[in-house]
Amino acid sequence: MNGVHDMGGMDGFGKVEVEANEPAFHEKWEGRVMAMVRAMGANGGINIDAQRFSRESIPPATYLGSSYYKKWMLGLERTLLERKLVGQDEIAAGHSLRSSPPLPRGKFSMADVVRILTRGSFQRDVAKKPVFKIGDKVRTKNINPATHTRLPRYVRGHVGVIERINGSHVYPDSAAHGHGEDPQWLYTVVFSARELWGDDADPTLKVSIEAFEPYLETT
Amino acid sequence: MADHKHDNDHGHGHDHDHGSELGEMQLRVRALETILTEKGYVDPAALDAIVEAYETRIGPRNGARVVARAWVDPTFKAALLKDASEAIRTMGHENRVGDHLIAVENTAERHNVIVCTLCSCYPWEMLGLPPVWYKAAPYRSRAVKDPRGVLADFGVTLPKETEIRVWDSTAETRFLVLPMRPAGTEGWSEEQLAEIVTRDSMIGTGLPKVSP
Repeated sequence: MNGVHDMGGMDGFGKVEVEANEPAFHEKWEGRVMAMVRAMGANGGINIDAQRFSRESIPPATYLGSSYYKKWMLGLERTLLERKLVGQDEIAAGHSLRSSPPLPRGKFSMADVVRILTRGSFQRDVAKKPVFKIGDKVRTKNINPATHTRLPRYVRGHVGVIERINGSHVYPDSAAHGHGEDPQWLYTVVFSARELWGDDADPTLKVSIEAFEPYLETT
Repeated sequence: MADHKHDNDHGHGHDHDHGSELGEMQLRVRALETILTEKGYVDPAALDAIVEAYETRIGPRNGARVVARAWVDPTFKAALLKDASEAIRTMGHENRVGDHLIAVENTAERHNVIVCTLCSCYPWEMLGLPPVWYKAAPYRSRAVKDPRGVLADFGVTLPKETEIRVWDSTAETRFLVLPMRPAGTEGWSEEQLAEIVTRDSMIGTGLPKVSP
């Protein structure tokens, strides 16, 4: 979706402000939100792509005005409501009011903690061979789905070069919407800044994205 | 890693006003955790353990050890640049790492910077949780268009002929910058070297610092 989350190249947000000795969490509830999101992912309640889409779907003014973990909380609530794992009446009551569907991997327990501290793999084998090879010139498609995509606006319609082939991975554009993993080849595609930003751009700058094969076409 | 001056149930040194949002968020989060617990979806003790791991154990020290090893061991460095996940697994259990970590090397000719313009993708296992600035609009918007301007915000100026390469983490690959080993560190032990590898130097917004 063409949301406000897709920020690459926007102007006007000001300087980067670095906080010295920043703690892991500024408030206790932030840690609880992070942990709930990870746990509900690990037990199969929600997937990472659906989570990202629900955060992107936060209205722009709220998105820009909310702290990071507040956005995670809003996204978590929204996904749990959509999946009917939690009801609006339960959120209002602050308690479970009925039994809910069991999750694919059951309750998230102490025994599961070590496992989630290492990232899961999104690699999935596919029968088809990659269409592109290293060194190929490719153009990113001009797509503007209202649904989840990981192709940022600032590269759409631009020509770059395949630099790496990173295996075949879960396709977020599908997985975010419950349409299955639909694995696709994943490439590193590098662009010159002049291709992306015009002749005034820094001639020493190159920018790459991680692009799924359906985002790309031959030039 | 946690700064214990921040006693997080109370106000702290921030200059903005949390106002009633703090109380509202606390209540809202507590309510959801209660619901998920009552439904049997999560064990709160397991949530405690996740929080504790990121507050105390998983941070930039992990990445710094990897960088220091690469600086002293050319064979390891070559393996790291070829397949970072695989190379780091050979270091032992402390540095657990998932698949598809990519290490990118800074040289005299090229400086690498990592960003996630769409959200906040970051190599948690190597660097811990990302700092607020990494997840915020100023960095995400400008890093791909004006990285030299962003670097200036961090007090970093590079020669104008140095190639800048920005990696936008738009998928489930993750990136770790291998900074250049500073001059004046000849003969240092791996442990001494790890001390000067900062978090920002592994994102590309800083350089390793040798204290005078």
